[in-house]
Amino acid sequence: MNYWLIILGVLLVLLNLAALLIWVERRMLALWQDRLGPNRAGPLGLFIILADTLKLFFKEDWIPPFADKPVFVMAPAVVVISVLMSFTIIPFAPEIQIIDLNIGVLFFLGMSSLGVYSIVLGGWASNNKYSLLGALRGASQMISYEVFMGLSLMGVVMLSGSFSLKDIVSAQQSYWFVLLQPIGFIIFFIAGIAETHRLPFDIPEAESELVAGFHSEYSGMKFGMFFIGEYLGITLISAITVVLFFGGWLGPSFLPPLAWFAIKTAGFILFFILLRASLPRPRYDQLMEYGWKILLPLTLLNLLVTGAIVLFLNHS
Amino acid sequence: MFSLIRSIWLTFLHLFHKKETIQYPEEKVQLHPRYRGRIVLTRDPDGDERCVGCYLCAAACPVDCIALQATEDDNGRRYPEFFRINFSRCIFCGFCEEACPTYAIQLIPDFEMAEYVRQNLVYEKEDLLINSQGKYPGYNYYKVAGIDAGVKNKGTGENEDPPIDIHSLLP
Repeated sequence: MNYWLIILGVLLVLLNLAALLIWVERRMLALWQDRLGPNRAGPLGLFIILADTLKLFFKEDWIPPFADKPVFVMAPAVVVISVLMSFTIIPFAPEIQIIDLNIGVLFFLGMSSLGVYSIVLGGWASNNKYSLLGALRGASQMISYEVFMGLSLMGVVMLSGSFSLKDIVSAQQSYWFVLLQPIGFIIFFIAGIAETHRLPFDIPEAESELVAGFHSEYSGMKFGMFFIGEYLGITLISAITVVLFFGGWLGPSFLPPLAWFAIKTAGFILFFILLRASLPRPRYDQLMEYGWKILLPLTLLNLLVTGAIVLFLNHS
Repeated sequence: MFSLIRSIWLTFLHLFHKKETIQYPEEKVQLHPRYRGRIVLTRDPDGDERCVGCYLCAAACPVDCIALQATEDDNGRRYPEFFRINFSRCIFCGFCEEACPTYAIQLIPDFEMAEYVRQNLVYEKEDLLINSQGKYPGYNYYKVAGIDAGVKNKGTGENEDPPIDIHSLLP
């Protein structure tokens, strides 16, 4: 199979998707708030993407004199790179996968942990109290939600007996893992929202308290990178959820596998936006309490029960 | 937990609700008669200017966007020599309309006054004066005022007694 073509295709589709999500999000938020949203520029207001991109490119790309310049410039790139790297292991369809690592899940978890560097470095290099507070919050949120994000996936790994995402999808031939691991799915999804620091868990940005949080000082395309990184993160979490719990590309054969994958992923992306439209942001201590006192014990319990059942079934 | 799921579901149902957006340039907004939009100077039933140049509107204006200069015609009737409103400053608070003793200055339901050049937002008297009586048809200040400014003779107005001869001792 033409290896480079897949890489190029995936990259192209993802970056365009991230741009398209600007429009999708604004439009869907509007619809859920009984508005119409952008509908003037071009068909269905789609040219708003072009306008937004042009605006980001031509805005003054200002670096504050008090900032730590090299780190300041590097930070937004980290989030985009780490998210794009995670996409290499996603099996979009039986043939369309950049690399089938046999430690795929671990690679994904590792790469998503790298995302926290972007926030911390961005907030720290800005040399601004609001940014630093946002970065601190982001770091503690992402680190604590990472713990049970990984653990919630282990149920799936136990059931499929493999860390390779391709094998996990193949193991769901007869039934999706969401049926066997509903708690694992819910916890993973909540942790995923916190990982992408999307609403309602957008504590690092929290514009009502922290101006714009860790990216207060960013402008132009550097801000755009954080923006794109966030949308890529949504796509990544949606794709991973589909792969791990909703049977990946599997589906009735009247549509090609890739189409099934795209439909399921799109559904989750829309759910992300719906969450933003409907839920209020928790307080910071509530967020940490929720994570450590409810979700972590629940994950461990889920792990224990799943392990016991798998063990029981294998022995009987 | 249940309330979270319920609120997500209720928000989702809004997808099928009627949209509130008014597609503005094609669809006009329903404005009420008391809407405070563009400021005009109205005329009395005879077609003359109502404004008497008393400066009360300019004094009441919180952003000082009204400028005028009063003058008199041969009959002693006051009118503004120039009357200028800088709409780039105006906040459409309606204080000028409240202050006006002659119902001359009025805010009307019209907000379509966007301009590409800021200077075009400065309205002179020709731009402000309209050929209408506005919200108070039939009202003529000089008909009830106690002075003779060529509209009526002294003492012949509505609810007005004839002038008293102050040199006479008779009641």
